[in-house]
Amino acid sequence: MEAFYFSMALFLLFNVLLGLMCVLQGPTPADRMLAAQLFGTTGVAMLLLLAQGMGIAALRDVALVFALLGGLTVVAFVRRAWIVSNRNEER
Amino acid sequence: MTIRDWLSAALLVTGAFFFFAGTLGLLRFPDVYNRLHALTKADNVGLGVTVLGLVIQSESWIIALKLLLIWLLVLVTSATAAHLIANAALHGGVQRWRRS
Repeated sequence: MEAFYFSMALFLLFNVLLGLMCVLQGPTPADRMLAAQLFGTTGVAMLLLLAQGMGIAALRDVALVFALLGGLTVVAFVRRAWIVSNRNEER
Repeated sequence: MTIRDWLSAALLVTGAFFFFAGTLGLLRFPDVYNRLHALTKADNVGLGVTVLGLVIQSESWIIALKLLLIWLLVLVTSATAAHLIANAALHGGVQRWRRS
């Protein structure tokens, strides 16, 4: 069963790699931020799988921190970063 | 493998499928709102199903409760994040995609 957990985590890592392509091609900053959010959610799932597979309970706490920071990043991005860039582009 | 292992494996594969669908939507959909919709919904379902698959494998009630709480936190934060980004995109003047 451990090998199965690891292969699932590897598949999720492959998803994150696909998401990196979206960081490269995303036309607006929001698309890049969405890719970062994808990393957050997928990272939580990966860490939970690894915690079960390797038997390290502390990884669940790391996943909790990931979930918390993912939300805070988006709030900071919307409030601080993106408004400025919109003004610069003069839509 | 016991029947619990098989059930857990099926749930984990389903979760991975939903994650893949979310990533595909992020890559292929035409504008911010569509991508937001694909990513937020598909990924949260994927995480939920993955968590369920791990919950039936977990050793104690505490761990199961912790896994469910992590999922709940991700649900709340990503719903908030989706609203914030959609609002900012709308007020920032991002045009909606139309089939041409």
